[in-house]
Amino acid sequence: MPVETDIFNAKNVICTFGHGKKLVKAIDDVSFGIKDQEIVSLVGGSGCGKSVLAKIMLGLIKPSSGQFLYKGNEIKNLKTHWREVQAVFQDPFSCFNQFFTIRSQLKDSFGIFKKKPSKREIEDRVDQALLAVNIKPPEIEGKYPFELSGGQMQRMLLARIFILRPRVLIADEPTSMVDACVRANILDYLMKIKSELKMTIVFITHDIGLAYYVSDRMFIMHKGKIVEHGSPDDVALKPKNPHTQQLLDDIPDINKKWLEREQKVLNVVE
Amino acid sequence: MPTIESNNIQSTTSEQKSPQTKNSVPIFEVKNLHLHYLTRFGEKIHAVSDVSFSMDQGEVLGIAGESGCGKSTLVNGCMGLFIPPLKPTSGDVLVSGESLMNREPDEVRRNVLGRKVAMIPQGAFNSLNPTRKIKDLAADMIESHENTKDKKEIYSRLRERFRIIGMDESILNSYPIQITAGMRQRSVIAISTLLNPKMVIADEPTSALDVTTQKSVIKMIFELLDKGVFSTMIFITHELPLLRHVAGRIAVMYAGEFVELGTTDQVIFDPRHPYTKALMGSMLSAEPGQRQRKPIAIEGAPPNLAKPIEGCRFADRCPVVKPECKKNKQVMRIVADRQVRCQYAS
Repeated sequence: MPVETDIFNAKNVICTFGHGKKLVKAIDDVSFGIKDQEIVSLVGGSGCGKSVLAKIMLGLIKPSSGQFLYKGNEIKNLKTHWREVQAVFQDPFSCFNQFFTIRSQLKDSFGIFKKKPSKREIEDRVDQALLAVNIKPPEIEGKYPFELSGGQMQRMLLARIFILRPRVLIADEPTSMVDACVRANILDYLMKIKSELKMTIVFITHDIGLAYYVSDRMFIMHKGKIVEHGSPDDVALKPKNPHTQQLLDDIPDINKKWLEREQKVLNVVE
Repeated sequence: MPTIESNNIQSTTSEQKSPQTKNSVPIFEVKNLHLHYLTRFGEKIHAVSDVSFSMDQGEVLGIAGESGCGKSTLVNGCMGLFIPPLKPTSGDVLVSGESLMNREPDEVRRNVLGRKVAMIPQGAFNSLNPTRKIKDLAADMIESHENTKDKKEIYSRLRERFRIIGMDESILNSYPIQITAGMRQRSVIAISTLLNPKMVIADEPTSALDVTTQKSVIKMIFELLDKGVFSTMIFITHELPLLRHVAGRIAVMYAGEFVELGTTDQVIFDPRHPYTKALMGSMLSAEPGQRQRKPIAIEGAPPNLAKPIEGCRFADRCPVVKPECKKNKQVMRIVADRQVRCQYAS
């Protein structure tokens, strides 16, 4: 057996935008490895570089310097890369074309495979994928993206993952547009995907509470650097870095004091 | 297509127990409000049904509920802004005793919005014209309501307001695209409260922001409140933990109805309606031992509001449903010092 290579391996990756005075270091000297079948969360506030890192993983951006390897090789052919690495994004409505039915778009996703399965098999696999995310195929028959709710559309993106069966899933804030009860639902399906397809998941979020639930390992990012990493229990419960502490403090928790202000209670029903 | 007639609804509305307050006229009052959308097929979608509450000066009321439960429709109703296809069925909205109903949208925009009731929208980027600077957008607000044309005076007022809330004056000279999402949301808040409104309705003002920015925006809203720019606020969100910190009272909304209305501590720590309990179960937090607990999702979907619903609207998803629930109309009743719309709540 050869030595197991990491799914992703980053060595001193730097990614910059602009030049001269306006140079912005979006990713600043980041090194890490992500192992097979691991769930890793990238946590940080807006503009910390977590989405840039996701784009590097998808091969959409090339790092300005440093080495970024997928299974020991550099990402060259995007089509073959995307057969194995897929993503779920924040806004499902911007991921689907408004002018085609959802079903036809799900069928189109087979185009990425080298050999397209037969028509019959495509229909069957789409049905299976829909059932996997708890949507009965007739429910979306002939429907367009705008006819479904946000939670349903997010499930459509997950159904697409069931169809493509990638090895790696990059989930970029998949639950930040949906409400709390749909969020629990989406997380359930994400975990189901993970256990059924034996995938590696990179989970990107700004909510450290959410990351704590789903991940095996957490990376806390701030201004393009990974400032803290470790197991969820270590990072979320015994944070060492002030930025981690900040992220934890900013989450409104029902048992902790959050604002330095007491709310007036008037108008109590007697 | 079966539709509910408006008088039919009125006959079944619950009797509200009037809250005991010192002032006789509450600053904001909604009485048995029913709102519907009229579709082009002549169908009526009853988006808001039987909503009643009243607010006193200085109070913050939180409204929680999932997407599509009628929160934003209620916001339009509270402003008296009825743009087709939204139509009021019955009920009344009063600001300091003055009714906002039966007004033309243009009149509402001129006389109600900004001064009596101001709204803080969710998507700041969609609310700002990308081709104009923040100061011009803000000046519009003053010009269109106050007949002042003196730009110098307007700009100095703007600078003063921005100074009070601790925002950099250079923001005034920027285009919306040049500033960060948090700054954009803050600018929107500053603009909508420029005319010192009596009431502010914040419709998910922070859902599009990350946690750190969310906190700073919320802090700013309360700074405005404490400095007396406005005094009373309705805060709408789907995050119950956030409401714990911002609201004094919480109303939980489901399928167009309030299902529970009580103080924050009552609703968060001791929920009585099955839906509120389920909402609390779907919450996540980073605490020891919480990792093993699975968040409980509420299975199923809310009912179709185009069809008349006889019994409890939550019956199909309720974990403790009883056969009578689907037949009996549920009304608000007092349970453990708060209002609950469930006949079995105790």
